[in-house]
Amino acid sequence: MQPEFGQWAIFGLFTVFIIGGGIGTVSSRNLFHSALWLIISLFGVAGFFVLLAAPFLAAIQVLVYIGAIVILIIFAIMLTRRLMGLREAVNSQWLYGLIGALITFGVIALGLVLASSGNTPLLASQPLSDITGDSLRDLGVALVDLNQYVLPFIVASVLLEAAMVGAIVIAREDE
Amino acid sequence: MAEFLVSSGWNANLAQIVASVLGAVVLASFGLVWIIFSIWLERKFAGRVQDRLGPNRTGPYGLFQTFADVGKLLIKEDITPEGADKHIYNFAPILAVAGIIAIFAVIPFNHVWVGADLNVGVLYFVAVGSLATLAILLAGWSSNNKYALLGAFRAIAALVSYEVPMMLSLAVPVLLAGSMSMQDIVKGQSIAYIFVVPVSALIFFISQLAEVGRSPFDLIEAESEIIAGFNIEYSGMKFAMFYAAEFIHAFVICVLTAILFLGGWRGLGAGEPGYELFGFLMVMMKSVAVYALVMLIRNTLPRIRIDHMMAFNWKFLVPLSLVNLLVVMFLARPFVPDYAAAEAAVAAGGLAGLFGSIFGSGFIAELPRAVVLLVANVIMFAAATQLLHRYGETQRAKLGVKDVQPVRATAMASD
Repeated sequence: MQPEFGQWAIFGLFTVFIIGGGIGTVSSRNLFHSALWLIISLFGVAGFFVLLAAPFLAAIQVLVYIGAIVILIIFAIMLTRRLMGLREAVNSQWLYGLIGALITFGVIALGLVLASSGNTPLLASQPLSDITGDSLRDLGVALVDLNQYVLPFIVASVLLEAAMVGAIVIAREDE
Repeated sequence: MAEFLVSSGWNANLAQIVASVLGAVVLASFGLVWIIFSIWLERKFAGRVQDRLGPNRTGPYGLFQTFADVGKLLIKEDITPEGADKHIYNFAPILAVAGIIAIFAVIPFNHVWVGADLNVGVLYFVAVGSLATLAILLAGWSSNNKYALLGAFRAIAALVSYEVPMMLSLAVPVLLAGSMSMQDIVKGQSIAYIFVVPVSALIFFISQLAEVGRSPFDLIEAESEIIAGFNIEYSGMKFAMFYAAEFIHAFVICVLTAILFLGGWRGLGAGEPGYELFGFLMVMMKSVAVYALVMLIRNTLPRIRIDHMMAFNWKFLVPLSLVNLLVVMFLARPFVPDYAAAEAAVAAGGLAGLFGSIFGSGFIAELPRAVVLLVANVIMFAAATQLLHRYGETQRAKLGVKDVQPVRATAMASD
C-alpha cells in the first residue's frame, strides 16, 4: 500500500511549516517575531512526529520546546528591552554562521546519500499506518530494559540532575 | 457517520474526512455553547452567594442575559491600539480559544464518545494547555501596554511554576491506571481515585485553579493592581474571546478533575453498553459539582498576594507533590490490581462473590491498593497540615500577633 494522498498533503503542509518557520526565524528583524516563527517551525516538527506514528514525541515536542523553551526565550527577550530595538539583519558573526550552517547541511546530506546508496533502503517500504503495537509501551520498556537503553537513560538523568543543582548554585545568593 | 456516507455512495476517504471534520465541529461547538450556559450559572451562583438575585430580567430566570451580552460585545467598536503588533494582537485571542477547545479532543464523555483516544492523552492536554499560556503572553506583549505586559508576566510566572505540581500530581492517576490514555484512566477507576489518592486530587485541583487564573489565584487580572491585566487593550469580540477562553478553561479543569479523579463516566451502571447518554450525564454532573466548588471558592476567598502565591507553590505544593508521588510509587507497586483473579474469586462465590455482585469485580481487585494508599494519604495530609499550622504559628510569632480570634458570625450580626 502506497502512502495516501492525504498523508503526502499533510507531510507537505508540515514541511512548509518547518521551512517557512525557519526562514522567518532567521530573516525577521524583530527578535520577538523570530521567536514566534520558531514556534511554527517546532510545531511542524511535532506534526512530523505524529506522521511517524510517535505521538508521545509529538506531545513532548510541543510541551518542552513550545511550552517551555520558546516561552523562556520570549521571556528573556521581553526582559531585555535593548534587544527589541535591533534592526540590522546581519551581525559581525554572519560568516562563521554561514560556514557552520553549510557544514551541518553537508553532513546531513552526505548521511542521507550514504544511507540510501547502501543495501538498507532509506525510506521504509512499509506504510506507517501499518505499524501496529503500542509504540509508547515499547519506548517505556526500552528505557528500563537492562539489555536496551537503561544506561544512557540513567546517565542522561544524572546529567539533568547535575544541571539542575548547578542552576540552583549559580542563581543562589551568597550568604 | 462515515459508514452512512459510504453506504450512500461517497468515496471512503472523503467520507472519513467529512465525518472527522463534523465530529471536531460538534465537539468545539459543544464547548462554545456550554459557556453561554455556564456564564449564566456563574452569575446566578455569584448572586446567591452575595445575597442577591443575579440576572433575572432577560428571559426566564435571566437565561438570555448572556445572549444580550454577546450582542452588546458584537456591536462594540473593535479597537487596535497604536503601536500594537497588529498580526500578533489579532492572532492571540484565536489561539487562546483554540488552545482550550483543543483539550476537548481527548476528553472521554462516555465509553464511546471521545474525540481521539490518544495513548498520550494526559500529556496532550498539558501540551495544548501551554498554547493557552502562549496566547496570554502574545496578547500582553502585542498590546504595547505596560499593564498588559505586567499581567502577562504574572500569568507566565504563575503558569510555569504551577505546572510542576500539576505534572507531578498528574503522574499519580497515570501510575495507578498504568496508561496515559484518558479512557484507560477512567476504566481503571472502579474505585474513583479521589478515594484512593485524595492528596493528588487536591494538588491537581489547586494547580489547575492557578493555571486558569481563577480566584484565589486571579492575579493575572487583579483589577486593583494592574487594572485588567493582559487583555486590557482588547475590546468587543476579541475581548469576548478571552473571556470565553477563560470560562471554557474553568469548565475544562472541572471536567478533567471529574475524569481523572472522580471516575469520569463511571458510576451507577453508566459504563454498561446502551447507557451512553447516561455516561455523558454522569461526566457532566460530576463536572458541574466540581464547578460549583470553583465558583464557591471564587466568591468567598480573597486574592493571594503574588509572592505568597509563588512561595506556596515552591515551598509547599512542589515538595508535597514530590513526596506524594514517591509514596504512591512505592505503595502502589505491590498492589497492582489483578482483574482476572478478582473475577474468578467473585465467580467462586462466598464473601467475595457477595461484594462482587454489588460493586463489581473491578472494585474487589482495586480494594487492597485503595485501602493502603488511602491510609498513606491521610497520614500525609495530616503531616502537611501540621507543618502548615507550625509555619503559621512561627510567622505570627515573628509579627508579634499574640492571639488570633476567628471572626464570629454572631459578632457581625450584632454590629
